Amino acid sequence: MATAEPWQRAEIAGPTKAFVIPKPDVLVAMIKRAKRPMLVAGHYIVEVREGEPYIDTIIRIAKAANIPVVATSHIVGEFVKRGFQPAAWMPAVDITSRLQDPSWMGLDGKGQYDLAIFTGIPYYMEWLLLSGLKHFATHLKTVSLDRFYHPQASWSFSNASLKDWKAHLETIASLLEVK
Amino acid sequence: MGPTPFPDVLALRDWDHKLLQRYKPFYMPHSDVCDLCTMGKCDLTAGKKGACGIDITTQQSRLALLSAVIGAGCHIAHSRHLLEHVIEKYGPRFPLDIGGLNIEVEAPITRLVCGVRPKTLSDFEEVLEYLETQLTHLVAALHTGQEASNIDFESKVLHAGMLDHVGLEVGDIAQIATFGFPKADPEAPLVEIGGGVVEPTKPLVLCIGHNVATAVEIVDYLKENNLFGQVEVAGLCCTAHDVTRYNPNAKIIGPISWQLRFIRSGAPDVIVIDEQCVRVDSFEEAQKINTPVIVTLDKISLNLPNRTKDVPDQIVSDLVDKKIPGALILEPSKAGEVAVKTALQMAPLRKKFKNIPDLTEVVERSKKCTLCLECRRACPQDLVIPEAIRKAAEGNVTPLADLYDGCIGCGRCEHVCPVGILPHTFIVKASESQVKEEKYKIQCGRGAIQDTEIRNVGSPIVLGEIPGVVAFVGCSNYPRGRIDVAEMVTEFASRRYIVVTSGCAAMSSAMYKNEEGQTVYEAFSKNFEAGGVVNVGSCVANSHIAGAAIKIASIFAKRNIRANYEEIADYILNRVGAVGVAWGAYAQKAFSIGAGCWRLGVPVIVGPHGAKYHRMLLGRKEQEEDWYAYDARTGDRVFVGPAPEHLFFTAETKEEATVMIAKLCMRPNDTTKGRAIKLTNYIDLHKRLYGVPPDDIHLFVRTLADVPITMKDEVIRVLDQKKWVEGRIPDPTLLQRMIRKRKEEA
Repeated sequence: MATAEPWQRAEIAGPTKAFVIPKPDVLVAMIKRAKRPMLVAGHYIVEVREGEPYIDTIIRIAKAANIPVVATSHIVGEFVKRGFQPAAWMPAVDITSRLQDPSWMGLDGKGQYDLAIFTGIPYYMEWLLLSGLKHFATHLKTVSLDRFYHPQASWSFSNASLKDWKAHLETIASLLEVK
Repeated sequence: MGPTPFPDVLALRDWDHKLLQRYKPFYMPHSDVCDLCTMGKCDLTAGKKGACGIDITTQQSRLALLSAVIGAGCHIAHSRHLLEHVIEKYGPRFPLDIGGLNIEVEAPITRLVCGVRPKTLSDFEEVLEYLETQLTHLVAALHTGQEASNIDFESKVLHAGMLDHVGLEVGDIAQIATFGFPKADPEAPLVEIGGGVVEPTKPLVLCIGHNVATAVEIVDYLKENNLFGQVEVAGLCCTAHDVTRYNPNAKIIGPISWQLRFIRSGAPDVIVIDEQCVRVDSFEEAQKINTPVIVTLDKISLNLPNRTKDVPDQIVSDLVDKKIPGALILEPSKAGEVAVKTALQMAPLRKKFKNIPDLTEVVERSKKCTLCLECRRACPQDLVIPEAIRKAAEGNVTPLADLYDGCIGCGRCEHVCPVGILPHTFIVKASESQVKEEKYKIQCGRGAIQDTEIRNVGSPIVLGEIPGVVAFVGCSNYPRGRIDVAEMVTEFASRRYIVVTSGCAAMSSAMYKNEEGQTVYEAFSKNFEAGGVVNVGSCVANSHIAGAAIKIASIFAKRNIRANYEEIADYILNRVGAVGVAWGAYAQKAFSIGAGCWRLGVPVIVGPHGAKYHRMLLGRKEQEEDWYAYDARTGDRVFVGPAPEHLFFTAETKEEATVMIAKLCMRPNDTTKGRAIKLTNYIDLHKRLYGVPPDDIHLFVRTLADVPITMKDEVIRVLDQKKWVEGRIPDPTLLQRMIRKRKEEA
């Protein structure tokens, strides 16, 4: 099943498609290399669609790598309940439009970001948000942490089974936690 | 008469640019290439230009215009057909009475845009000619080597939207006046809606589409021949709305997403197709249930023989004897007669032959599933179909039934299955008992809002004391099923907003009952007032929603509306807390209706699938310089806050949309009392649905008197943290010419 094809069959990108993250270590290295990373988390991280919500793993990743989290949709309260304060909460289109803007000074006033990690937004919507960044945010690399291949990101996992994907996330969190 | 009668493409460009400066286009390309000419395909990724010189930004705005002109073209052509039909039937001098003494401002959009006051059917001729001419200019701008500025493309999008609204109004006024639909009637009757409302033993004529001309003739033929009650007439999509406006004994099955499942149920004995949002495979599906199809307009001809000039009985005979599978009949009265006679003769032959397998077959065929996941990958909702099929193979179809509410009925899952499993059909079969129980009540479309209703609510709306007017409109491409819409309607009506519905959203709102067994149309007032839920009707009836906003400016504020678009749009943007919500928007028509709202200063929220319009109009609340307006009393530029923050916004979840609706209802003109009420709703919803208070309250508090008394301590704390500085409440306008001080000085 590990192929670099869009999960929703018709969501075909153009000539430039995401590189496949071959193994979690590569993403960990990317995160460690980034000077200004951001993690954008959508509402699927708190849903029981298949398996369990994965907000706890996202919090582990964010804490371990010291990445500011932007909670999209209505899920900020779920972070707060777990004792984690996101850097901001705002709609997915709002954070993406800011990431598009090279002159945006970021959530902390220290400048634009160089790596945006997306996860947990409905596939078709995240696909479009990543497309908006691919075209209009050339200052930015994007990564999808989702289970399914996102061709409009700079980097994405290939389509994975639930079990493999969970293992990927666990490995990423664990590797980042090793200082 | 105002300054812009029959405005051309550039006449309102300055206004558009003002809007687009504040609400900047945000593009999310759905395609990286342009393939519209033979020099392409051209890769436009990340700054590359095409062979004609176009870049991705301009291409995105060009595609937005393409959507808008398709949508506007649909409505304008619809109105053209209806107008010609009713002029032929009722004569050109037929008066345009759409509400008697209750409606003096009877065509507010037409007055606003064109500057004319139509009194008879023929008065709409010059209006339609204007729309058609303008639309042609806009289509021309789409050609390769034309417009090169995305902002001017976007201005043309707004122009298309404005034309669309006029087209809607022409169509609905023409049909209300001539067909005797409810005329701005809050007491418009409740009618039946749902998959289970049709009497299964009776012959059924099913009408699909948006143009009611033939459905009206069907009802007339039944009445003239004392057949009403013996034959069921039901509809899908907006023709259903409109046929119930003509006769409340007709029935509504549901929105577009019910088409496939209802045809396959075998219920219809003849299917009459008019135009717009008709599944392209309806004819193919009809053949599978042995049901003839009658097409009635040039838009959809289906390669069927044109039998318009033939004798009705001969056409019926050919349909019943299967000499032809369907017929094109362009004369509505003849199509009506043929439809009824065909249904009567087909019913005993067909015996409701359906194209849905029995449960044994569902289980047996499910055993072939290889779990290849292609059905799920084809599903727009990413429904976990394979797991449900696996359970079905074990004899448990409950997981299939659980998918029913989230399924939009597109059928894509069935085209990809390599072993011939039909997931959509299986879902429908597993939910059969649920479908039969789908029996609800909806208020039939009441048409316009009365002038007296506007008089009663104009002041509290403009001052903010009624926290907003929320219109749930558009299609049924919902991310999680229809219940979201019904819940949002309930939420805002309970909070004393004025809620208006139309189209598929009006239907979906009805397809849910509260604990007392009532739909929203039974549970809430039917008046256009705080806490009311008002169904205006079909897609073309959306004109009455925009019209109500315009009428507030006319009736309450005494502004001249004739040919005075810019001033009235400025008024609405700054004073009328109205928001459109197209939670399941899928169509180009929904986009053009939205575009008409944007130009008029009314923000629109779409659901997550609406992201596929690939262009939003977003404000940036932290950019203070974007949120200044003139104080018309003094000419000062005053910070008014991000109110409304966005013009076109896609929400990820219902919860996000709900909070955003409350937020987008705020307007610079709100009184302190009104703003306090709006803030109370915004903060309360945010806390309940997000689990935390909002972090931008300080942007919406202008003076301490805006702070809700019950939330004073927590809001003041936030204001202190944000180093909030007290501002003032201006008489807001974006138009320099509206500054009164200059006149006084002169």
